[in-house]
Amino acid sequence: VNRGRTALIASLVACAALFVWVLLVGVPRWYGHTVPATATPAAATTEAIPAGRKIKARLFYVAEEGTRLSSVEREVPYAAQPVDQAREILNAQIAPAMPPLISAIPAGTALRALFITSEGDAFVDMSRDIAAAHPGGSMNELLTIYTIVQVLTANLPAVTAVQLLVDGKEVDTLAGHVDLRHPLGQNTHMSGEN
Amino acid sequence: VNVGPRVSVPRLCFAVLALAPALLGVEHVFGQGPATALTVLSRDPRRAIPVTVVGGQEMVGLDDLATSFQVTVRDESGALTVSYKGRTVVLTPDQTIVSVAGRVISLPSSPVRIGNRWLVPIDFISRALGGIYDARIELRRASHLVIVGDLRVPRLTLRQEATGNGARLTVDIMPRANTAVAQDGNQRLTIKVEADALDVVFPPGQVAGLIQGYRSVDVTTFALVLGPRYASFRASTQVADASSSLVIDLIPAPADVPPPPTTTQVESVAPAALAEPPALATLGSGVRTIAIDAGHGGDDIGAKGADGTTEKVVTLAIARKVKASIEARLGVRVIMTRDDDRRVAVTDRTALANNNKADLFISLHANQSFRSNVTGTAVYVASFEDGAVDQPGLVPERLPVFGGGIRDIELVPWNLAQIRYRRQSEILATAIAEQFRERVPLAARPIDHAPLLVLESANMPAVLIETGYLSNAEQARLLGSADFQSLLAQGIVEAIVKFRDASTGFVEGAVR
Repeated sequence: VNRGRTALIASLVACAALFVWVLLVGVPRWYGHTVPATATPAAATTEAIPAGRKIKARLFYVAEEGTRLSSVEREVPYAAQPVDQAREILNAQIAPAMPPLISAIPAGTALRALFITSEGDAFVDMSRDIAAAHPGGSMNELLTIYTIVQVLTANLPAVTAVQLLVDGKEVDTLAGHVDLRHPLGQNTHMSGEN
Repeated sequence: VNVGPRVSVPRLCFAVLALAPALLGVEHVFGQGPATALTVLSRDPRRAIPVTVVGGQEMVGLDDLATSFQVTVRDESGALTVSYKGRTVVLTPDQTIVSVAGRVISLPSSPVRIGNRWLVPIDFISRALGGIYDARIELRRASHLVIVGDLRVPRLTLRQEATGNGARLTVDIMPRANTAVAQDGNQRLTIKVEADALDVVFPPGQVAGLIQGYRSVDVTTFALVLGPRYASFRASTQVADASSSLVIDLIPAPADVPPPPTTTQVESVAPAALAEPPALATLGSGVRTIAIDAGHGGDDIGAKGADGTTEKVVTLAIARKVKASIEARLGVRVIMTRDDDRRVAVTDRTALANNNKADLFISLHANQSFRSNVTGTAVYVASFEDGAVDQPGLVPERLPVFGGGIRDIELVPWNLAQIRYRRQSEILATAIAEQFRERVPLAARPIDHAPLLVLESANMPAVLIETGYLSNAEQARLLGSADFQSLLAQGIVEAIVKFRDASTGFVEGAVR
């Protein structure tokens, strides 16, 4: 009887251990394998609209040399209006980058609002994280700002310049260096295209 | 957008190809107005594409593009297709959205049908056609050039000015290219540029007795036509990263008497002094006050290294060393935008320098990169958006003043004050980078350009020095050390001396 009771207890302990393992390790691993939503920033965005039409857009990340941007082509959802297309592209750009890509947009930064004037100036309002979580340094500041300028001007001919707003307000700079008081045009020097 | 004729100076574009001698000697590609044809430069013989202005937009015919670029154009079932080697652009009438090889772009205006021809905005050439073509296509709106392939066609901007008794021609070349200046008899100087073609605007007017005008010689060479006062010339080149500047000083004959009305002279300079740079002892009037700006401060710590070194501490330490060294060695006044650990608004820093009429402004910073392998010191000069440079407001205006009367007052937009000092700032940056080269590790781009707020409003030659990268452990250690800080300070002070040595020309020519 004692042997049977011991076996029963052992079985229960084993089942409990298995349950705990499945709960804490197995399930997360299972979902980790079956939801590769973070394979690329663009993929993460496109998962939301699996049946939607897509376009190819150039997204910008910190180049190997660390002082310029380099671009990669990603699919992003298509939008009929330039302003909606700009929003889709920017959301893909600010999504967390997967290694080895390094994004110059501080983690947690969100797009608050965006509009494009008939003159081709895009006003991009980002959450305060873009300044508050910025690591500083004029090089990083240039990379952050021109990531946004380049991704819009390179992908949307309707946009010729970009003015960055933070938390709904105009700002002098993001981290104390680059003048953000007016729209900035494309900078092929920063994007390594000249 | 009004695109009516507005070009008031002769514009020459030399199309050409080092490998196509048959084209040598062809100079004026086009000339008198923005509504004239586009000129296509490529390895093939140049060709023209007519331009039509419709509703304020410059448009080109798809049929003309078909001929020039060997593309196939089809008009079928409400859509226009333009194909090249299996890649296709799809346009829809009344739509500005265009599909380029599956990628959607938008154009400034939709296609327009006139008679049996379809017209598209000229931007179509670079934005849409460029997306399906097998060579790079660059559209230069201002000069009406379409550059196909990897041709070197630098933009040349010429500025001529009277300097005391002489004259100076400055040729800004973007992107930079080598040049050769030669004297051709006593009638002209020829300037040859190492390129495939030139995109150049000749300045109007003359400098009495020294510069009579300009003319093209061949597709990569132009000539400065000399006046009767000319005796000799000195040429020098400054390279600034992406661009270069060729400076040619024209020196008049010794017996020559300066023409009275051409320019205001600071002082009468003997001809002999023009031939050789003046000795340091005779200078000193050019730099009397120097503003040193220690970046960040207070709760704004700036960048921070992994070892805890902060930008605000490094910049203040270097600023103090520079101040002490300048005062001891040069005996000129030094203004510090901060001399302790406190926050100072960026615009207040420049205002302090302007209000104290500083002759130089040097801002000190330490850098940070998302990649820790980036190292080196760099000197920044302010850059401006293209439109800002062309803004009016840099000339004196006649205004009533307190106490009655009228005076010519110089109205300079606050945020654009630096524009007219860009060249001097470039020289100062070069002098500092040269001194740093002997002392500290330089960045891959030792001289760089950016729209930096603290420089844009500076009403004097101004640079921002990024002393090194705190994101790199070794650099952070160096930046925190007194020895390294002293090396940087020595380099800065030595460069100020060199700049002052060479600044006589700027003092004479300055607008201030």
